[in-house]
Amino acid sequence: MPPTRSGLARRQYGVAALFTAPFFLLFFAFTLAPIGYGGWLSLHREQTSGLGLGGEPEQVFVGLDNFTKALTDPRFLGSFVTVGLYCLVYIPIMIGIALLLALLLDSAYARAKRFFQLALYLPNIVPGLIAAMIWTYLYTPGLSPIIDALEQVGVPFNLGSDAGAIGAVANLTTWMHTGYNVIIFFAALQAVPREVIEASTVDGAGQIRIAWSVKAPMIRGAVVLAVLFTVIGAMQLFTEPFIVRDAATTIDQAWTPSLYIYQLTKAYDMGGAAAASLILTVVLAVASFLVTRFSKKGAKL
Amino acid sequence: MSPSQTLTRPDAAVTSGRAAGPAERRSTRSAPPLLSKGVVNGVLLAAMLWTVLPLTWLVIAATKGYADLYSTGGFEFARVRLWENLVELFTFGDGLFLRWLLNSFLYAGVGALASSMISIMAGYAFDKFRFPGKERWFGLVLLGVLVPAAVTTVPLYLMASDLGLTNSFWGVFLPGLASPFGVYLGRVFSQAYVPDELLEATRVDGAGELRTFWQIAFPLLRPAFATLFLFGFTAGWNAFFMPLLMLSDHHLYPVGLGLFMWRQQINADQDLFYPLLMTGSLVAILPLIVAFFSLQRYWKAGLTAGAVK
Repeated sequence: MPPTRSGLARRQYGVAALFTAPFFLLFFAFTLAPIGYGGWLSLHREQTSGLGLGGEPEQVFVGLDNFTKALTDPRFLGSFVTVGLYCLVYIPIMIGIALLLALLLDSAYARAKRFFQLALYLPNIVPGLIAAMIWTYLYTPGLSPIIDALEQVGVPFNLGSDAGAIGAVANLTTWMHTGYNVIIFFAALQAVPREVIEASTVDGAGQIRIAWSVKAPMIRGAVVLAVLFTVIGAMQLFTEPFIVRDAATTIDQAWTPSLYIYQLTKAYDMGGAAAASLILTVVLAVASFLVTRFSKKGAKL
Repeated sequence: MSPSQTLTRPDAAVTSGRAAGPAERRSTRSAPPLLSKGVVNGVLLAAMLWTVLPLTWLVIAATKGYADLYSTGGFEFARVRLWENLVELFTFGDGLFLRWLLNSFLYAGVGALASSMISIMAGYAFDKFRFPGKERWFGLVLLGVLVPAAVTTVPLYLMASDLGLTNSFWGVFLPGLASPFGVYLGRVFSQAYVPDELLEATRVDGAGELRTFWQIAFPLLRPAFATLFLFGFTAGWNAFFMPLLMLSDHHLYPVGLGLFMWRQQINADQDLFYPLLMTGSLVAILPLIVAFFSLQRYWKAGLTAGAVK
């Protein structure tokens, strides 16, 4: 028996290699190699050697120069402040609304659950670019039923301010992503053992109390994971402000870190762009770590 | 910001209930079910209006000419000229829009087919085969899930530029094929859908691993394939940053980037470009809606498999 077993194992190595090779080849070529190349780029700067037209551009090692340049550029630092403020507005509102809607869907009173789930999820399949274009029109005075209605009831909405711009983008991304998280939270709620809920009902807890004190804590893991993915996505914000800035004039070319990186790339400052990308990645890693750490601490309380 | 208003109102209704003290709790609980039912479904309805109305606005805008877009309300119809808009959309610039649609089908459709297959095979191998360093390799995949696009995009652009792949089909198509999250889902699905005993039985029968995969495992994994395809298709269709960097020849644009180009040109001829942009946006969403509704049996499984444990 043993010989056949090891024969089987050896045969499995070959097949496993065959099955995983396409993924790993592509993963090395288009994820790991670019990361390595990005690291190299971030330490170099392109310079044209020689005098005049004949000079080929060459990469000169500049040490951490690109990093110090990025970290002392007030526009780059400002982009983190903007995106941080945006996260503080957007994430609690979006996750809060998604959790509320999921709890309502899970309640005994909700009707047409499947229909509501589909309708709420719909914006998530609209490309960010098109969603941003739609909302940009909905933010345009004279064209927008929303702005007109707001002005009629005496609420001025000023897209030309920083707060207005953050609000406009946060509203757009909330619109896009709430439904996705509703689905995830709702599925997690469905997995909560029915006995737990029945027990609380017998104990005399009302529906709202059960939702808040029994169901919500039980899907804590799903919520933390959603917050984590949202932070990672939100800090890389690019497409939405890139489009919405047509209506919101305070959104400049360095409004978010990704916009800043794009602008450096377009200016052919590849070393600077690579350094800024790596700084953004480190900030993302720290933010992810804080989210998971913070949620663990909270769980112990 | 009327949408957020619609949303704070119901929220406030619930918070006030939630904040009820112990004395009032009894009365909250014994509130007539009819009222609770009304509040719950009312809030859900309000949220649904918020998600659906902007799309309704787009549908109506796509039926209008430029003059009517500004002179009539966002949710009222003017002279319906959807057909004229569509004809203009598909004939403008020698059928440029149709070309963009076909490009998107290649980038997103063919790309998603290939990438789902790659993910399923790798995920299946991680689930069913024993090989040295397996969990370490899988750890690498999980790390890959966390790599932000921001860190690879700029170097990818430069690498493509060194290889002469910028401004080519391959420069956009190839980088999207490897999906670490897809491999992770592939493993989860393989665990759920392909019983180990079944494979043991076919191995005892002496069937080769490749044949076992194609004839036994893959049919069982078809729902997983559909889920991964749906995700890949949506991500590919919606991709913007990468094509924006890679492509300068507008004949290679996916539909989203093409619409973006029209938007940049809008001030040159608003009568022409506004209807093109509105109708084009509507048409560009349709394949996603069709894919979503025809594969809707699968999307929930996929969404939740990754997030709920």
